[in-house]
Amino acid sequence: MTDSKTMRMTYLDALGLAQREELEGRDDTIIIGEDIALYAAGGAYGDTDPRRIRSAPISECGFAGMAVGAAITGLRPIVDLTIANFIYLAADPIINQAARLRYMTGGQFKVPVTYRASMWHSQANAAQHSDRPYPMFMNIPGLKVVCPATPEDAKGLLKAAIRDDDPVIVFEDNDLWGKKGDVPLDTEFVVPIGKAKTHREGSDVSIISVSGCLRHALKAADDLAKDGISADVVDLRTLLPLDNDAILGTLAKTGRVVIVDPAHRTMGAAAEIAAIIVEDGFDMLKKPVKRVVTPDVPIPFSPPMEAPLYPNPQKIAAAARELM
Amino acid sequence: MKNDLQSEAYLRMLKIRGFEQAVTRLVTEGEVPGAVHTSIGQEAAIVGACMALNIDDYISGTHRSHGHPIGKGAELKPLMAEILGKATGVCKGRGGSMHFTDTSVGSIGESAIVGGGIPIATGAALTAQVKGAGQVALTFFGDGASNEGVLAECLNMAAIWKLPVIFFCENNGYAAVTPAANSHGQPDVAKRGEGYGVPGVIVDGQEFAAVYAATSAAVARARRGDGPTLIEAKTYRFDEHCVGLFIKGGYRSADEVNRFKTQRDPVTLFRERLLAEGMAESALVEIETQALKLVEEAVAFAKESPFPDPEEAFELVHANPIAIRR
Repeated sequence: MTDSKTMRMTYLDALGLAQREELEGRDDTIIIGEDIALYAAGGAYGDTDPRRIRSAPISECGFAGMAVGAAITGLRPIVDLTIANFIYLAADPIINQAARLRYMTGGQFKVPVTYRASMWHSQANAAQHSDRPYPMFMNIPGLKVVCPATPEDAKGLLKAAIRDDDPVIVFEDNDLWGKKGDVPLDTEFVVPIGKAKTHREGSDVSIISVSGCLRHALKAADDLAKDGISADVVDLRTLLPLDNDAILGTLAKTGRVVIVDPAHRTMGAAAEIAAIIVEDGFDMLKKPVKRVVTPDVPIPFSPPMEAPLYPNPQKIAAAARELM
Repeated sequence: MKNDLQSEAYLRMLKIRGFEQAVTRLVTEGEVPGAVHTSIGQEAAIVGACMALNIDDYISGTHRSHGHPIGKGAELKPLMAEILGKATGVCKGRGGSMHFTDTSVGSIGESAIVGGGIPIATGAALTAQVKGAGQVALTFFGDGASNEGVLAECLNMAAIWKLPVIFFCENNGYAAVTPAANSHGQPDVAKRGEGYGVPGVIVDGQEFAAVYAATSAAVARARRGDGPTLIEAKTYRFDEHCVGLFIKGGYRSADEVNRFKTQRDPVTLFRERLLAEGMAESALVEIETQALKLVEEAVAFAKESPFPDPEEAFELVHANPIAIRR
């Protein structure tokens, strides 16, 4: 169905729509994960053949690995790992198998598997439920990693991931699940993997954002505008591969960069983005690169301890002002 | 018909034996990069399992990777070229000894992550079930891998979904140099199936006929839609864990090794059985000559083949390519 209409819906509903469209629209997609039966009963997968809906026992390593075996033999599995921390239990088949089987077999396989992992930070769930683990997976050649920050991108990137012939991890920002936006209803709408999006044009300072930090970056840009500071706000959307052209493009406009990344400081996504800027864009820099990230501590439970750790509009605006 | 099957089985066992002996020789000649693990002593277990499968059935396996695709009927030349890291290798020089994969015969990957092949085959069985294609999947794993949690997870999921998969344990008694007796609370791996609702069968892995019969029954059950079977073939590795690996301390006795080599050699046992069943000595010699020739041709092909261009390292990373950052 081609359709130019959009509908206002939550980020979570946009993900659900993407999933249902890809399950109903083809016969090789399957979904596997915990508690899937409940969602199926609620109509989440429409009239999809029940054989393609697998409500799995709590066996993340097993079903993440089975998805690889299914992908290399002709299915297109969507694996719902739910909370992002659980990806560590599934890391072996994702890293040692999914990411490498095509390469290690001299191209005998494609591995079209999608892993969904939702990052449940800033909700008082403590350190075993609050991780933003994408930087580790950016270090794995063979994978693709996306982090949608809007309902539209949630639909478009999840669909692109499912249709891609390589393993893709979709890191969802759970803080965004309930946030609404306009989402294209066209069943052929996808957001290309590897392309950043400029959300606000500016000339004084670049704010390069990762995942749900986009909304904080846009608030910071509003605040900066009141002081006459013009911010260029770019959401990377895909972290592997990084959109180098977009990173260097915004740098060329402003010469000043704040990178906003909810991962921890050491070896976070921001570290690699900063390295690209310094290696390939040093001559364009008017000031050193600033990072607004999460400090290197495990995430505490108690809200007054947790909340101040993450990037927020105030921290972003302050970092930008320091560059002016 | 039975004769044809037995002749082919004998040929495949000899191809494995000959391939492994040639690889061992090439290691000592310094021709082989990296680690090599041979299946000498385990040929009846491997071939007995593979002969019960069709060519489009799936197999996955282990770091001891050579025997499985050969048992499934793979051509030797691309396998030997892979051992030497050549461009003509079955994996184009990207996998090497521990990662043979030959999809032309249903071999969907040997894994150097112990237990890594188990979910791969279970997932292939899921594909077969979803597509209704009638195929089955068989995963070879060792006694060492039976202690990986992923086996328990996959046994359970295969049981609840009645997946057409055969969990085939080549229990050679040692995980590298750790005896199974020191690492298994329940020494019979097959008995672990019961806890997950999967029938377990123990067979003499040195006897082709026993393995073939047990696997055929498991395959028939899987194709009927009745679900998985766990087969444990009690077998023995004649050589060291890894070619050229000599560990002081003696984790197994020379007497034990010698007893298996002289009394429980699966190739010898099968030959004796074929003779007793009336196959002519000349027919056996003909198969033996053929196997030797195939191995020699594979070695010559591998040696003559070129190495890959170093730039090829940057190819085949993705199916939908992205820019590779160097």
